[in-house]
Order: sequence, then C-alpha cells, then structure tokens
Amino acid sequence: MSERFQHIVIGGGHNGLVCATLLARRGRKVLLLESADQVGGAAITREFAPGFQVSAGAHLLHALPAELTRELQLERHGLRLSARSLPTVSLNPDGAPLVFDAVTAGAPGERLSAPDQRALMEFRRQMARFARVFDLVQSTVPFRLGMEGSRDRINALKIALRIRLLGKRDMRELLRIAGMNAYDLLEDVFTSEALKGALGFDATLGAEHGPRSPGTVLTLLARWTGLSRDGNHGVAQVAGGMGQLTQSMARAATAAGVQVRTGARVERVLVENDRASGVRLQSGETIAGDSVISNADPKTTFLKLVGAEYLDTDFVRRVDHYRAKGNVAKLHLALDSLPEFRGVEAIRAGGRMLVSPSLEALETAFNPSKYRQLPDAPVLEITIPTVHDASLAPPGKHVASILVNFVPYDPQIGLAEARAQLQRTVLEVLERHAPGIGKRVHASELLLPQDIEREFGMAGGHWHHGALSFDQFFVTRPVPGATQYATPLPGLYLCGAGAHPGGGVSGLPGRNAALRILEQGA
Amino acid sequence: MNAARSAGPTANLQAQSNERPHYQRPQLTTPFFERSQFLSETDTYVGWSGYSTIDVFSSVEQEYFAIRNSAAVFDLTPMVKYRIAGPDAERYLNRLITRDVAKLKVNRVAYTVWCNENGHLVDDGTVFRVGKDEFRLCTAERQLDWLLDSAIGFQVEIGEVTEQIAALALQGPTSCAILKAIGLVGVENLKMFDMGQFRLGERALMVSRTGFTGDLGYELWIEPEGAVELWDKLFEAGKLFGIRAIGYQALDMARIEAGFILPNVDFISAAHTIRLNRETTPFEMGLEWLVALDKGHFNGRRALVAEKARGSKCRLLAIEINGKKPAHGSLIYDGEKGLVEIGEIKSALWSPTCKRNIALAMIQAPYFSTLKEFWVDIYVHRELHWDRRMERAWPVERPFFAPDRRKAVPAGDR
Repeated sequence: MSERFQHIVIGGGHNGLVCATLLARRGRKVLLLESADQVGGAAITREFAPGFQVSAGAHLLHALPAELTRELQLERHGLRLSARSLPTVSLNPDGAPLVFDAVTAGAPGERLSAPDQRALMEFRRQMARFARVFDLVQSTVPFRLGMEGSRDRINALKIALRIRLLGKRDMRELLRIAGMNAYDLLEDVFTSEALKGALGFDATLGAEHGPRSPGTVLTLLARWTGLSRDGNHGVAQVAGGMGQLTQSMARAATAAGVQVRTGARVERVLVENDRASGVRLQSGETIAGDSVISNADPKTTFLKLVGAEYLDTDFVRRVDHYRAKGNVAKLHLALDSLPEFRGVEAIRAGGRMLVSPSLEALETAFNPSKYRQLPDAPVLEITIPTVHDASLAPPGKHVASILVNFVPYDPQIGLAEARAQLQRTVLEVLERHAPGIGKRVHASELLLPQDIEREFGMAGGHWHHGALSFDQFFVTRPVPGATQYATPLPGLYLCGAGAHPGGGVSGLPGRNAALRILEQGA
Repeated sequence: MNAARSAGPTANLQAQSNERPHYQRPQLTTPFFERSQFLSETDTYVGWSGYSTIDVFSSVEQEYFAIRNSAAVFDLTPMVKYRIAGPDAERYLNRLITRDVAKLKVNRVAYTVWCNENGHLVDDGTVFRVGKDEFRLCTAERQLDWLLDSAIGFQVEIGEVTEQIAALALQGPTSCAILKAIGLVGVENLKMFDMGQFRLGERALMVSRTGFTGDLGYELWIEPEGAVELWDKLFEAGKLFGIRAIGYQALDMARIEAGFILPNVDFISAAHTIRLNRETTPFEMGLEWLVALDKGHFNGRRALVAEKARGSKCRLLAIEINGKKPAHGSLIYDGEKGLVEIGEIKSALWSPTCKRNIALAMIQAPYFSTLKEFWVDIYVHRELHWDRRMERAWPVERPFFAPDRRKAVPAGDR
C-alpha cells in the first residue's frame, strides 16, 4: 500500500480534471488516474493518419462556461482558440447554403425571409431568457426531492426564484414548450426548411431521438444554454484540437497540486466496511483513498468498477436500464486539399456545416435507427478544423471531422458491413455537397459507437455518458439513488457526464461534483 | 446470467387430465391432484400460485389434529422453486437474501427473507444448499424477474423448476415412523433443517426435515413421474400411523401456533404495495435473527442499518388474548376505552393444542416495547348478529407451540 489520498479520481476526462483541480485548490490531497497514455478522455487530439491530427471525440467547444475557464486559468495554462463564434452553415445541394448564427446578435442569417429573420431574432431572445434558468439548473447540485438538508432547500429555492423571475408570459411559454418535441415547436415558429432542419439537428444530436420525439425541446434548450452563456465564445475551435483544452486542464491540475498518473487503469473500486476505500489498478497495485470519484460513465462505474454485489438490486436494475447506447458515429478524413462545398466560400468551410436540409430529412434519417438500421441519407455535422488551424495537417492538406447522427449501436447487418455501408453513404452525401471530395480523401477513419465505446471506455459508446432526456435529467440523472454526485456506496462519487448536467465539454459535472463534495463533506 | 423457465413433464399430465383448451382451464393441477381429489369429501379448492389445491378434505379439525397427533400429508408442489447454480451462486444469494449463505453447509436448509433497497420485504422462503455451487430457493410468490435482475453482474444460472419437482409435506409425530416404514433408512438421524438423498425404488427422493407446522415433520421432493408412487407408498405405510391428507386451512392453524408468518396475511410484499407505508421490514416482523448485518453488503442492508439505529416504527408481536373468540382483523388499543389505536391483528386463532386465544399483532412504536397489556376490539358474528367486545391481551413468547419432538435426534416414532 502506497501513500494515502483524500480523493482518488478515476479517469482524466475533462470533468475528472476539473473536479480534481477544484478539490486540490481547496487543499485536498488528490490523485487522478488515467488509463490512457495522455489525459483528456474523449477530449483528445490524436493522429488518425500519418501527419493528420484530429479531435478524436468532441470537436467543437461551445458549453464550457467562461467563468470556469477563468477560474481554472486555462488560458494561462495554454488554452488558445483558433476560431470563435463559428457560424452554422446549413448546406443545400441545389443552391446557396443558409448561413446563420444561432446566438450572437447581428444579422441572423442570409437568404432568410423577413418573417423568418424576425422569428429567429425573437426565438433567440426567448431561448436566451430560458437559458438563464437552464444555466442555473446546469450549474446547481441537484436537490434531493426529500429535501433532507438545508442545501437541498436552498438549491431548489434558487431555481424556483429564477423561474419566477421569468415573469408570467415566459413561465407559461416555458411550461408550454419544455415537454414538446422540436418538430412541432420549429414548425410553429419558422418557415425555412434549412433553418428548421439545422435547429432540429441541434435538438437531436446525441439523443436517441428524432425531431418528432418528445423531449427534444429539452435537448435543444440544454445545448442553447451552453451557447448563450454570458461572455462565451459561441461555437469555438481549440487550437491544436480538443486535446489542447484537456492538456491545459492537466497543467492547471498539476499546478493546483493534483498528482496525475497516466497509464494507470483502475480495475476495481475497493470497498471496506461498506465504504469506498481506494482502488486497485490493473497492475495489481492498490491505492488507498478516503473517497473515490469516478469520471467513468455510470454503467462502467457501478457494474464494472464497483460491482453489483456492493449495490442493491433495485439500483443495479436502474443502472442497467439507464439508456446509454451511442447513436453518433464519427468520420475523420485526411484530405489532399480543401474541398469546395457548393455555394460556400472557402473561409466559411471553417464553419460548422450541417447536412440536415429539413425536419423531414432529419426524421427520415432517424427512423431506421429505431430498427438498428443505417440511414440512407445520413445527417451530418462537418468541420474542417484545418481552415483555422494549419497545425493539424501537413502543409496544404486538410482534415475533416464529421459527426454522423443516428447510427445504431448494434446495427442489424453487423459491424463490418455497417462500417462499409456508412462510409459509402456518408461519402455519397458529401459528394453531393462538395463534388470531388471523394478524390481528395487520402485516408479515413470511421468510429462507430462501438469503436467509441472501446477507445474511450464509455459503456454503450454514448459520448454524453447516457442519453439526455427528461427521465435522465437533473434530479434523476443518471438514476435515482446517485443523483447528487454521491452514490449508494458511501465514499463513492460521480463526476462525469453521466451526472448532471450531462454531456458536452462543459466541465460542469466535474465542477458540481467538487462543489457537492466540498459543501457537504465526503 | 442465463434464464431458463423450463416446461416440466407435468405439462403432459395436465394435458391428459383434461381435454378442454388451456384457456378454459387456467388453473394447473399437481401430479397428486387425482389422488387428492379421490380423498376429498368436501370438494373445496383454493388457488395457490396458479394451481388448484384442496382447502379442506373432510373437516378442518380432524386435519389439524392429524398434524399434532399423528401424520398429515400436504401437497406442496405449487410452492415456487428456483434452481440457482454457478460459480457465483453463493455470492449471488448472499447479496440477495438477509442471511449469511456462506454459513449454510451443503445439505442444509435455511429459512430466510429478502428485501429491496429500502429494507422492505420482498418475500420469504427457504434456501436449500444442494451443492457447493448449487441451491434451490423456494418462494411464496413468483420471483423470476427479481432473481434475474439480481443476477446482473454475477455468473449464475437461474431457472424456475416448480413444475419439475413434486413435493409433499409429511408432518406430525408419526411422520418419521412412516418414512422409515417406506424404507428410508437413517431418515431419523436428519436434524432440523438437514436434507438427505434417499431412493424410492429407482427414483431419487430428497427429504428435508423442514415444514410449516412447528412439529416433527419432513418435506419430500421427487420428480413428478414418481409422485403418485410416493403418495401411494406413504398412505399404504401410514395406515397404522394415522396418516391423513390435509388442506390449506388446517396447515394455516398449525403455522400460527408455530409463529410462522404468511405473505399477504402478516406482511405484504413491497413488490405489490400501492399505498404508501404498507411495506414491512424484517425488523418490524421480529425477524432480526435472519438479518446478518455483519456479512457484507446485501439488498436493503444500508436501509436496515439505518432502521436499527433509528428504531423500527412497528413490530409484530405474539400476543395472547383473553377469551376464546379469535380476534380476526381486530384493531388494538392502548386502553379498554379504545381511545388510542396502537396496532392491528394480522393472524388470529383459538389454538386447540395450547387452549389459548393467540394472535400475531402488529403494534406501533413505542407501544410494542412500552406496553405490557393491550386491548383488542373483537367483532363476533353469531346467527346474523354482530357483537363486539373489548378483550385484554398481552405479549407472549413466540412460537406459541414448540414441542420437543420437533427437534429430537434421532426423531421419535410418535
């Protein structure tokens, strides 16, 4: 048995790093264990073809609160943005794309009708007001519904007050839309198919939902909240890829006194006298800690690292039923030159390009995933980070990082066949929007949800560590019994995206977990 | 994890016994059904876990006295049975139930309960350790979903084997003598909660010294094809030992005297409660002797540790009541005036053997520990006339009736 720590953080994803740093800043003795050779979890930059680098998981930064960036002094520790306030470019194979910025002020879009322009302005203002509620919700430790402690009551009251401050009209509107589906809401508000398709894409990316599925306004609100935080940078791109964000976090952690160990895979959480007492590494080494904080997803944490024998059947059943099957695939392309997208100026190719031409197209792409089948016409989010950041590829070459929504975790046709088919259909879609792109592809890598599961150790390959929906949100995320970052096993905490407020590179689960541990004792 | 709900060979027997389509005959029958029906004088049936079983063969009193004075045969087949096997079987059961399975030796049986995460009772039953890695769990209610969900994370196979095993309880002072008479050599040496493997002709017959009567008695387990032969041999050999088939009602009398609890009578499974606070914990049922808080984690342990520290909100007490009228469903008060209601009767009986008016009563805190005397409001229905009387009651030892013969080794012959 080596030296003893107050907190052992399992997993050096961005949330683990944030949590560890905030604890160490308050004088706690913290050890962070990462199984890979570099920290970062799914927010890493890695080579996928000789000379070509890409953000392996998340590729855009839009949810990290500026406040947290400042608090962790990430810029001092090397964080640079290569682009900020990237516009959304909704591609159209038959004509000019729709370019708009969902959040920032100014001309809301090109080629939008006057009524749609007005509607977008108003929608933005309204969503920003709701986002103020959600911002508080996201950065609050969920209260226990039994209100067992004063902190529970305070947190509940703060949120109630923030909702009250919306005023009657907005409260009514929030109640009206919160449980709606994105399709109905967007149809209510807009006429432009390209605009609705693009906003619908945001409402469904990473959710196991089509735009007509209930609860998709919630996912849209959750995303919007990150985008519209005060003083934020909109949709941004990290210089050097996402890995540079987590590298800066790692430097902040080390500076705060966190001991960071990479290449240290935790095999088990040790339990003594009904309390998490440390961890055992794959190497056999055991490390003692007063508490263990898991950045791993809930299923991995409870079913693999802790083990069902230390948990009750009811709880294990809830964890088992927790929906965490990924449905987003990621395609990386090494390109010999910058592809030309129809109607898109070269610099706009550095924006966030969407292939989601309409809500119908989005729903149609979603439908097959219900039956574990692949979409015929996939909907995509395309970024070409090299437009703003030449360091990621050899001179003159480019990288495309593409999210493919609605790819089932366990396709009926099997993984090998699914891989080939998806690569083919995505390139067909790309070819329609950027003729000749296929010929520029020098190398490629396709990560299916199961590949994401394997590479990042996320059970189910869901990079939000579980679907975000009403039943897996706030006071019920991930599952009742583990909703306060604390878990049924005393001394064990969650700090990853499986905890509130969920996925996206926000650092908030890690921050909230640290708050919870500091405020209410470990 | 691996689930197999096996269709037993008895399915064929049932198909033969009646040619009506199954949906017109939803109740199953056990392999002993024709033998039971032949002995039934009253044709009263009662449903049990989807089976038709006999409520009363001739008269409840005669059947009851067979349990206490000679030997009684009760068809136990509908008892739900699961086979639990695999390298993690012991660990699995230890997490599932409240008792320490590691202490249960091969060929031993244990009565146990199991709880959900709130420490609320899900069911009670018996665990038979058939081998190092193989157990049989007999339950009052069907539990497959709970057992399978409990198996997440364990290497264990769970199969329902209710239809694959025919079972009879043989209970009463002459039960051992009858077993010896059908050739079970050495059966008298079984201790309480022992089980032994015997043969009945070519067939394997498992005998456990267990039962629901609090008397000397055994439970016999055999493949369904051997059921009728077993029945016939017992009744042939039992002629001189006063053997008698008994129904559910007589057994219920004996189990109250023995102080045994019955699901849906004395407690209700947390899986079925709809109203708040209708669930019950093992401590509330007076079953702390079943709860091994020191064995490591098990379902409900954290809640039970908290309850132990906090104190239970009620408790099942064995009580005796003045008079002879069984206090079925009575409310209990702190004083004769009936001002403060402090509990209620769950099971009640005029005990023919003890000659006492006994009951199992759920009494609220703090009265279960502070009061030495309660008042029970008994309603009496005589010739279409309701009458009520307030009777004095007081806590007594449980069980109400515990003859030495139930424990004696070697077991006696009468």
